Amino acid sequence: MARYLLRRFISMILAIWVVATLTFFIMKALPGGPFAREKALPPSILANIEERYHLNDPLLTQYADYMVRLVKWDLGPSFKQKGRDVNEIITDHFPVSAQLGLSAVFLSLLIGIPAGIISALRQNKWQDQLAMFLSVIGVSVPSFVMATLLMYVFALKLGWLPAAMWGELKHMVLPTISLAGFPMAFVARLTRSSMLEVLQQDYIRTAKSKGLSQRVIIYRHALKNSLIPVITYLGPLVAGILTGSFVVEKIFAIPGLGRYFVQSINNRDYTVIMGITFFDSLLLVGLNFLVDLAYTLVDPRIRLMDGRK
Amino acid sequence: METPVNVNQFRPVAKDIQMAQTIARPSTTYWQDARRRLKKNPLAMIGLFVIIIMVLGAIIGPFFCKYNYSDQDYDNRLASPSKEHWFGTDNLGRDLFVRVLYGARISLAIGFFASLINLTIGVLYGSISGYFGGRVDNVMMRIVDVIYTVPLTMVVILLMVLFQPGLKNILIALGLVYWIGMARIVRGQVLAIKEQEYVLAARMVGANKWRIMLKHLIPNSMGPIIVSATLNIPQAIFQEAFLSFIGLGVAAPMASWGVLADEGAQAIQSYPHLLFFPAAAICITMLAFNFLGDGLRDALDPRMRR
Repeated sequence: MARYLLRRFISMILAIWVVATLTFFIMKALPGGPFAREKALPPSILANIEERYHLNDPLLTQYADYMVRLVKWDLGPSFKQKGRDVNEIITDHFPVSAQLGLSAVFLSLLIGIPAGIISALRQNKWQDQLAMFLSVIGVSVPSFVMATLLMYVFALKLGWLPAAMWGELKHMVLPTISLAGFPMAFVARLTRSSMLEVLQQDYIRTAKSKGLSQRVIIYRHALKNSLIPVITYLGPLVAGILTGSFVVEKIFAIPGLGRYFVQSINNRDYTVIMGITFFDSLLLVGLNFLVDLAYTLVDPRIRLMDGRK
Repeated sequence: METPVNVNQFRPVAKDIQMAQTIARPSTTYWQDARRRLKKNPLAMIGLFVIIIMVLGAIIGPFFCKYNYSDQDYDNRLASPSKEHWFGTDNLGRDLFVRVLYGARISLAIGFFASLINLTIGVLYGSISGYFGGRVDNVMMRIVDVIYTVPLTMVVILLMVLFQPGLKNILIALGLVYWIGMARIVRGQVLAIKEQEYVLAARMVGANKWRIMLKHLIPNSMGPIIVSATLNIPQAIFQEAFLSFIGLGVAAPMASWGVLADEGAQAIQSYPHLLFFPAAAICITMLAFNFLGDGLRDALDPRMRR
């Protein structure tokens, strides 16, 4: 297990390095810069500025400086907003996104897993067919469509819930549902198919022949193993919810990091784009590593893999 | 305790050499078998039918319409669906039905070509890695591991920020990034197939590596490759719609479905039809490809059947 985790850890560090390098070179390749003005500055002043900000250093030196700054967690100032640092933007806006994202994760697991179990236990009955029909729709409707439709129906037409703003519980309902739609459907399908597979296993037959009740077999024996694929899906799930938050926060005007990101793309605020990209990548890669860790702890087949080699 | 057996109760079965030689059923090839299984799957056939209609509509549909994607009907701006304008018109009085048809061209083209680029890179990478094995495989798969760990959507966003929005650039960005899954699948297939006797036989009669790879390994991995490519298409359409929605999509005037949906979402309060039709087009296409992909998986890869 240690070797497997070490390999994953090295992958993680390399992945972060790849993203950091990409952001650096894309920044360099982009036209314009913080000192580009419509009216050109006198060359001597420009030279002074470039001197001051080390823009004349060799590319490799700049690259090394950039990496050092990233390690020190200094993502630099915004291009377009006076006096705003990317760090500050992230600390200001990320908590909102995290709150929304976490509630979406919980909602999708809370509904997806039981729905999957019920469909597996009632395979090909109406409960199964209904759940699978809904889940196909959930997988096929992009989150921005889901979000706008929910907003149109429940906020604009029926007036039950607010269409925008943030702060109270009622503001969270529609965005959370729109974010959770896809993962919920996916988790339900995943749980169903893995549950069906587990129920075919020998040890379940053994449990049955021992005379254990259906309830004990399912909750004590089958459920644990059938949730392993769901754990592996947690990484992609968080990634999906994070990117989904870009559109959902934009639609519901939620002051989170996602909306800020979309705004900075539209304003071409390059340092903010790069900073948030780096931050999000760090978050995702880190969470993925945690998921891997959890997965190895839960599944003895992986834990023992090194011993067998 | 032995039960006495009366030999007289048994008699030998007549050996009919002729019977033993006849083949009861015509032998079916892998592909015939797959086609038969696919035809039995109603959802997959519906999906296929919808996709064919969409593709035909996208290619020849615009020739039969009264309007062009940029024609403006100034008297009917933001009109609701009517006999004149089936899906209504947008804020510039352009016919939404025609724009959705042209959008199908862009969105489907992105889906197909992005998937094709993924397929090409993934198949080459995966088969080289799987066939050569050993250190080559190790290094190539470590690289794949790292790319797999990188959040790919963020990379696509970065690339689009660099390239500037446009059809060709979206294709490049999506094509360059999402081939990892394909590479892994192909490698797994090739690893399994290259141990088979017919590959050994081919090697023995002197076929070189590339011939074996192109004539034996890749054609015999075609099933999973097709399944994965089919499921990649809706992913690419999805991604394009997402990118359009955050402002990195295909630029006007010939808009993709994602751009149309984005425009519609901004006017949702007063003119819901502007969002509804492009969104429905995206959803129906996603559904169709997902059904077809699931059906193909069941048909082509019997082991993966649930």
